[in-house]
Amino acid sequence: MTDFTSFGVKAIRDGVAGGDFTAREVAESFNAAVASAAELNAFIVTTPDHALAAADATDAKRAKGEDLGAMGGVPIGMKDLFATHGVQTTAASHILEGFKPEYESTVSQNLWDAGAGMLGKLNLDQFAMGSSNETSAFGNVASPWKKDGTNAAMSPGGSSGGSSSAVASRIAPAATGTDTGGSIRQPAAFTGICGIKPTYGRCSRWGVVAFASSLDQAGPMANSVEDCAIMLGAMAGFDPKDATSLQMDVPDWDAALSSDLKGKKVGIPKEYRMEGTDQAILDSWEQGKAWLKDAGAEIVDISLPHTKYALPAYYIIAPAEASSNLARYDGVRYGLRDLPDGAGLQDMYAETRAAGFGDEVKRRILIGTYVLSAGFYDAYYNQAQKVRALVSRDFENAFATCDLILAPTTPTASFPLGSLNEDPLTMYLNDVFAVPASLAGLPAMSVPAGLNDDGLPLGLQLVGKPFDEQGVLNAGLAIQERAGFTAQPEKWW
Amino acid sequence: MSVDKETVAKIAGLARIKMGDEQLESLVPELNNILGWVEQLAEVDVEGIEPMSAVIPNELRLRDDVVDADPKTAGGKRDEVLANAPAAEHGFFGVPKVIE
Repeated sequence: MTDFTSFGVKAIRDGVAGGDFTAREVAESFNAAVASAAELNAFIVTTPDHALAAADATDAKRAKGEDLGAMGGVPIGMKDLFATHGVQTTAASHILEGFKPEYESTVSQNLWDAGAGMLGKLNLDQFAMGSSNETSAFGNVASPWKKDGTNAAMSPGGSSGGSSSAVASRIAPAATGTDTGGSIRQPAAFTGICGIKPTYGRCSRWGVVAFASSLDQAGPMANSVEDCAIMLGAMAGFDPKDATSLQMDVPDWDAALSSDLKGKKVGIPKEYRMEGTDQAILDSWEQGKAWLKDAGAEIVDISLPHTKYALPAYYIIAPAEASSNLARYDGVRYGLRDLPDGAGLQDMYAETRAAGFGDEVKRRILIGTYVLSAGFYDAYYNQAQKVRALVSRDFENAFATCDLILAPTTPTASFPLGSLNEDPLTMYLNDVFAVPASLAGLPAMSVPAGLNDDGLPLGLQLVGKPFDEQGVLNAGLAIQERAGFTAQPEKWW
Repeated sequence: MSVDKETVAKIAGLARIKMGDEQLESLVPELNNILGWVEQLAEVDVEGIEPMSAVIPNELRLRDDVVDADPKTAGGKRDEVLANAPAAEHGFFGVPKVIE
């Protein structure tokens, strides 16, 4: 059997369309890779039959000379936050264990319609709350990367940690992710892959388990900028079932990709030079500036004065929305029910939620409940929403003088699993560079920049104007071409 | 502002999450740590700023005013709706007795 696991989205799609190999061969190859990588714990359930059925459908279409679609013959991993018809969907929480949706999320349906197949449902931080993939009820996900000279399991980032681990280990050519405050970009940076969060509203939220609805956005994670452009095109689009879906045409991002940045101004926000940022990260930022300059861009200094306040505002807004969204898990309509003998309805709610939610989820629900409660709403929630407006205005002002923003994705490289569990705040700080773009709803991408002295990947982040995914992808491509990042983790799983 | 054990117990009650004494006690410093940190927002001058939740220019649409405008989210789906219920009986959700 030929091994196709080194192939990306574009190579598979074009190879299948051109008749170089069949979609079935590709699906079998990745199914085998998934089956042999149980140690990564990247998947909660595997669905080899789904991948094979989609592959056979693609091969049959090709035999009839029909169009195979933008993702024709490409098997992907699906973050277990997307509802998939008849396939267990858990959000990595015990409270949804065994839940088999009677419907398909719009984003996953779009991908199947474009010819993709599903290798399985990917592990994640429980309800997408976490930055290390250690809050899943189905166990930690391990990154395929190790720190040089050590054998400790490293964090793949979070919340899309199953996605990043699977793509970086080449057991999936691409995967879906979701990003509420960095959950695509931070794991992509930790594992040396690409990931883009589009403008808020590009991808439908219908059928995606809700965390913080004003922030949640789906996006692709893959090994190249081109693959992200292709897959994002397949995922995005107007959906009448999502009230915040953008009623706009989806550009052909892949066709318009260009790494020529002549005439583009790239802003460098001075507030992102924060204390506690690794020197290696700062060095890669300098390198990134040089690469973009080399691609024809002009580098300009900008200021985003409220950067410091974005993270604390996020940790009011996101838990507030989560406490409201997660009220639906009541033991009545779906998921877990814990009903002690003789218990009444109220006891059933409280017992079910106590047994079903993990510690981090409970912590955030309590924070959210508190900041929304009578007497505290103005001081916390309203204040945070005003600060959010200021963070958003900072970007608007900056985009008057630049087209794009370049920054690090994270303040540090990946860390060993279990090393940051003492204090939730330390973990939250991982997303300090990612959260501002989330609050402002802007398209943002992480691309690999290189390895640090420990042999761990570092990412660079590009943030664009609303709806300018193209600009973000183009700059990402310019970095990709110049970084020449080909490092891969040594196989141990 | 900070929370004590009693306040955490009250919030947990509002959030319908059962918590034992030990859990409540361990949450007090954790929540205070987070709340102390977010309190820095109070120093931001927000004079004249409207609170914002919709950040991307977009319009809210009205759907067509017809029955079952979208068949996927329309009626006639009782069995699908009940399919994942922990206790579905006679075409309804089953719950413990509510009225004594």
